[in-house]
Amino acid sequence: MTAARTLVSPTQLRSRTGRTVYWTVLLLTLLAFVFAFLFPFYWAVTGAMKSSEELAQVPPTLVPNEWHPETFATAWREIDLGKYLLNTVIVAGGAWAIQLAVDVPAAYALSKLRPRFGNLVLGMMLSTLMLPATALLVPTYLTVSDVPLFGVNLLNTPAAIWLPAAANAFNIFVLKRFFDQIPDELLEAATIDGAGPVRTLWTIVLPISRPILAVVSIFAVVTAWKDFIWPLLVLQDPATQTLSVLLQRIAPDMPLNLLVAGLVLTSLPMIAVYLVFQKQILAGLSAGSIKG
Amino acid sequence: MPKPMSTRFLLRSAKPSAAPEGARGRSTGRRRNRGPRRALPRTVTAYGLLSAALVCFALFSWYPIVRGVLLSFQQVNFVDAPEWVGLENFQRLFSDPLFGVAWRNTLMFTGLALLLGFAIPFLTAVLLNELRHARTFFRLVVYLPVMLPPVVTALLWRWFYDPGPGLFNEVLGTLGLPALSWLDSSDTAMLSLVLVATWANMGTTTLIYLAALQTIPGELYEAAELDGAGIWKRLRHVTIPQTRFVLLVLLLLQIVATMQVFTEPFVMTGGGPDNSTVTVLLLLYRYAFVYNDFGSASAMSLLLFVALGVFSAAYLRLTTRRES
Repeated sequence: MTAARTLVSPTQLRSRTGRTVYWTVLLLTLLAFVFAFLFPFYWAVTGAMKSSEELAQVPPTLVPNEWHPETFATAWREIDLGKYLLNTVIVAGGAWAIQLAVDVPAAYALSKLRPRFGNLVLGMMLSTLMLPATALLVPTYLTVSDVPLFGVNLLNTPAAIWLPAAANAFNIFVLKRFFDQIPDELLEAATIDGAGPVRTLWTIVLPISRPILAVVSIFAVVTAWKDFIWPLLVLQDPATQTLSVLLQRIAPDMPLNLLVAGLVLTSLPMIAVYLVFQKQILAGLSAGSIKG
Repeated sequence: MPKPMSTRFLLRSAKPSAAPEGARGRSTGRRRNRGPRRALPRTVTAYGLLSAALVCFALFSWYPIVRGVLLSFQQVNFVDAPEWVGLENFQRLFSDPLFGVAWRNTLMFTGLALLLGFAIPFLTAVLLNELRHARTFFRLVVYLPVMLPPVVTALLWRWFYDPGPGLFNEVLGTLGLPALSWLDSSDTAMLSLVLVATWANMGTTTLIYLAALQTIPGELYEAAELDGAGIWKRLRHVTIPQTRFVLLVLLLLQIVATMQVFTEPFVMTGGGPDNSTVTVLLLLYRYAFVYNDFGSASAMSLLLFVALGVFSAAYLRLTTRRES
């Protein structure tokens, strides 16, 4: 395997001591990673399966004395996780759909149609990135509770999360940057064949843009799933809350094993997403855009 | 709600930058040749496609910006019309003893988070870049915590920190070290929060550094080696200068993100013990949603914005200029 030259020289590595040091370091790093990043998951999953008494026992046990896998089912039932999972799916799915529906046409218009004052609009959008998100917490909350012109109260509805999420300058910027790279000749050809701008967007630009759409989609869903402070503010009605908001609300009164089981069940969807889409997620990190 | 800018960022050399200038200039020229008769419907279509985004930005971003500034100087109770009170909100904040505490705690969090969250991922990335085996495993695993919802992480760690049957004191005990009081003592509570935050977010930074390290041309290391530079000198004179841009961008981002810390103190300590983990945002939350004093809360946001605006602006300038 010919790897790129890095800090340590290959000659050093090939020497006897070099090899010993390398394998020692590799082994230690592996151990450190397993302990730091996998062991907490093991601890949580097995912790959820301990009995309440065992969970409170000092010192804690590494392997449960008794296994209670039914705790997961109990937690699901008692916490009514299904309902809150559905709430979270609606919030995250809607945020994803609306972000794509709003940001893709906007980025396309700014990139390919280059309207008058387009740069001004882009600049005004990008300048919102300068504001730390929390600086807008209060005024956005008040706006959502009584949307000007429309006069509706979006509190305790998923739209309170969907619509502000669509005003995402970062998505527009990343998408525009990708669209900029699509040769104009390709779109001209479509125009000559009689396709209008919208049809061109749908039949030519979108299929080419699949990689960037995947990245934007994944990050939109993950961000919405992970978000806490905004849903905490706008979803105060317990019936509408997402998993994160629910968990912090019930944490003080929940038996620990049920709570931990709930935490594990809540993380599973995101871990599944990660395992399925790890290529896109890690590529999205290093190839251009990331949001967390 | 626009997400915290925590990790938004664009990497310099991972990808050739956008369309070459020439191509862009050419098509602008072509458009000009078509004349205003064709440009106008194009602009109309463009604004049609932009309309949804414009409405969303206007309602949920631009308008709140203006309103936030106005609110800082107003008193609102939602019964009477908002009353202009000048600097009264700011005066109220400054006379609140918790205000200074919150800023001190936040700066402490940011300082510690930079110390750990900057150094650990960088060193990890340098280390991983040298390792030729199990690369996929390292990458996969270091990013795993990033996928957990912060509330889940915070609640899990609160349990790990438990002075009784908690995982960490058990580990310390196994290693023959004395138990710590973690979240229960005002001396260690903030550090405990920084540790969670670092663990939860280091995957992102590590992988970004790793990507940056992989763009360093190997010849530079070879040349340095021929000049007799040892590993430390190569790290100091090749690795660090070559990743300077990414280091700078992540430094700015981390300052902006960590100054807005909220979830960890809210979920794990509620600001205690002894107010040692009351952060600016936690206090802001109390002003707005516990005391219903939206004016003072907005004044606090404004102060936070002023404190962070410089870093955000520098970040935005750096990244957009590099990319376009």
